[in-house]
Amino acid sequence: MSDDEKPVLLTIRDLCIEGYADETWLEIVKDVSLDLRRGEVLGLIGESGAGKSTIGLAAMGFTRDGCRISGGTITFDGIDLRAAPVTERRALRGKRIAYVAQSAAASFNPAHKLIDQYSEGPLIHHVMGRKEAENDAVELYRRMRLPNPEEIGFRYPHQVSGGQLQRAMTAMAMACRPDLIIFDEPTTALDVTTQIEVLAAIRDIVEQFDTAAIYITHDLAVVAQMADKIKVLLRGEEVEEADTRTMLADPKQDYTKTLWAVRSLQRDEQPPAGAGETPVVSVRDVTAAYGDVPVLYEVSFDIHARRTVAVVGESGSGKSTAARVITGLLPPLSGEVQFNGETLPADYRRRSKDQLRQAQMIYQMADTALNPKQRIREIVGRPVEFYLGLRGKALEARIRELLHLIELEPDDFIDRLPSELSGGQKQRIGIARALAAEPQFIICDEVTSALDQLVAEGILRLLDRLQSEFKLAYMFITHDLATVRAIADEVVVMKEGRIIEKGGKTEMFTPPHDPYTELLLSSVPEMDPDWLDHLLAERAAGRAGAGVKSADA
Amino acid sequence: MIAQRIGLGLLTLFVISLLIFGAIELLPGDLAQEILGQSATPETVAAFRRELGLDLPAYERYLGWLGGVLQGDFGNSLANGRPIADLIAGRLGNTLFLALYAAAIAVPLSLALGILAALYRNSLYDRAVNVFTLSSISFPEFFVAYILIFYLAQSGFFPSIAKITPEASLAEKLYRTFLPALTLTLVVTAHMMRMTRAAIINLLASPYIEMARLKGVQPGRLIVRHALPNALAPIINVIALNLAYLITGVVVVEVVFVYPGLGQLMVDSVAKRDITVVQAAALIFACAYVLLNLTADVLSTMSNPRLIHRR
Repeated sequence: MSDDEKPVLLTIRDLCIEGYADETWLEIVKDVSLDLRRGEVLGLIGESGAGKSTIGLAAMGFTRDGCRISGGTITFDGIDLRAAPVTERRALRGKRIAYVAQSAAASFNPAHKLIDQYSEGPLIHHVMGRKEAENDAVELYRRMRLPNPEEIGFRYPHQVSGGQLQRAMTAMAMACRPDLIIFDEPTTALDVTTQIEVLAAIRDIVEQFDTAAIYITHDLAVVAQMADKIKVLLRGEEVEEADTRTMLADPKQDYTKTLWAVRSLQRDEQPPAGAGETPVVSVRDVTAAYGDVPVLYEVSFDIHARRTVAVVGESGSGKSTAARVITGLLPPLSGEVQFNGETLPADYRRRSKDQLRQAQMIYQMADTALNPKQRIREIVGRPVEFYLGLRGKALEARIRELLHLIELEPDDFIDRLPSELSGGQKQRIGIARALAAEPQFIICDEVTSALDQLVAEGILRLLDRLQSEFKLAYMFITHDLATVRAIADEVVVMKEGRIIEKGGKTEMFTPPHDPYTELLLSSVPEMDPDWLDHLLAERAAGRAGAGVKSADA
Repeated sequence: MIAQRIGLGLLTLFVISLLIFGAIELLPGDLAQEILGQSATPETVAAFRRELGLDLPAYERYLGWLGGVLQGDFGNSLANGRPIADLIAGRLGNTLFLALYAAAIAVPLSLALGILAALYRNSLYDRAVNVFTLSSISFPEFFVAYILIFYLAQSGFFPSIAKITPEASLAEKLYRTFLPALTLTLVVTAHMMRMTRAAIINLLASPYIEMARLKGVQPGRLIVRHALPNALAPIINVIALNLAYLITGVVVVEVVFVYPGLGQLMVDSVAKRDITVVQAAALIFACAYVLLNLTADVLSTMSNPRLIHRR
């Protein structure tokens, strides 16, 4: 039976949702309509603030605190969810419509074991008894390809890894065999290699039980693998909707085309440094540990002026620890860090002001890296004053100059608080603060991973421009290989505290690779809707890195 | 981790014993002179000083006192020469009885009120409970005590004098000490209830609470099963502080109801300059504080699976 003949499960018409902010109600979702048939998967994509999650939750008849549905209808299998009483809506949730949240680590209750949380839904909805639910959990854990399905449920959430938790949460959503599941960015917080397993498991189980799903994400390549049709949202409004292949091959709207185009950003590799040239930063045989736990083993790499070295690896690979060693926050057990050929004291407290000035950092979460009580003037001005000793008029002029450099209008921004900035603007302030010290070397720790693609691209272009303007050396820590492709000159691949492979970008993206690099590269989702099928087939056939060639295309 | 915590507790007690002894040393005047009065001859004073050991250097007296305490010997009362251990034992028993009695009412009551207030937050009930408990904590204890005597003792429901004898039956004791226990309950409920409410409400915005709501969990179960277990640590700590208060801070209430507790003994001894008894009582109060806080820390640790079940 083709999807078109299946009965319609969910109908949303002209949905409007308002959010309460600054003492007024603002419209955050405007006139969105959608139809979902049984067994069909709809991908909702858009940047943050596009209203994806809000619509997903509304499909369960749920709004977050401070939001209200102000217009339109939501009909689930003949039930008007807006008119239905609270008890009727509650009876649907978990039983007929289930939800899978973005961060499984935060969405599992830390106080209870996984299997108790699994059984809760079936028990409160009187679908199964406890014993039956527990047996069923083991069965679904097995189908989700979790290791040790018999005993994993008896662990607490903190004892299970992120990828496994995400699968356990999908299993939990399946517990009452719902008709519809809302997946809210289920793989965004995962490493690429883990993401593949979760995507495959989710797709299989949705197919096995013929469950309809709304798949919310900002990652086009992911949605291409999961959805039958895609709806693009922008600021709470629908841009366009089409089935997946049509949408990928032939987007109609300009906005969609720009989304598609982001992935094409690529910078030419800088010519390698001359053989005799002293690197700006040289990490030599560094071994480091947190207490008794070793995290880095004999790590060595060089970073030259005007060059960007991307350090890639999954969480726990030691890439951020390497940055902590370079900045002196974590003195290594052995090995040393050289700056322009001169060995730096291991502990930042014993480094001179000038040594400290030369190496600056930009952080992943600009939100938490900026003091919320300080105005931009103070945030950017403080390092200028501290390192360069400028005061009064000269200080003011320098702050304005820095704001110009990061493409923010000084008159507009100099007296704002961080809370009055967008995510991308905050990250720009983070860059200005690093530049304020006039360093030779900047560590960028996942600086774009919390940003939307278009905004991230702007940040990358800015970093690129600043690099050629000020001859900066960058160490770029990331897990996103698309970013690596966009701006790196050299790549260092790390795994479990060791360097697996390093070299020029072109070389790194061309086979043959180390098997781990191959696994990493082949795991990056592509826009081709058949990519996941092909990859899984190839991996099943024992050729783990067979997708490499297309990953480079 | 727990062993380290116990070690810290012992260290705290040692420091407190030093502080108590030092504070008493700093008191002005000569103890023997004070007790014997102005008319005593210098010879009798000197002889009495020798008898009390006051002629020895301070550190020797401290070590002697500490050594005795560790063996359960608090020395003798200066006022009547009886062993302090005997004097205190009965009084401590009475104090603990009243504290337990009040706690048995106050802890379940404030947890229940707090959970309900979190469940029906910003409702009329929530406001009423807050106004009532905050009013009762805002009045001085003796005022609350006299109000209760006025309404409940004048009309003959309960005795206004909480005199108990060791022979009395449990029911008799509970009846006689009802008013002091009720006074103490009114004084400590607000703090615990508001902490319960705040700790739970604090968690209601967390993703796992939203997840539970999206699983169709009902509001009552949401609070009790999903929020409360994660809110236990702050609640346990506030309960411990209030229990410690019930043991050490009840002097005023004991005096109003003429209840023979440790607090009253301490006040009497201060008046009589019976320094050794004051020292002993202060040390016992310190012990109660340290022990209860220690218990609270151990219990909060145990309430957190992340600390109990390692990866």
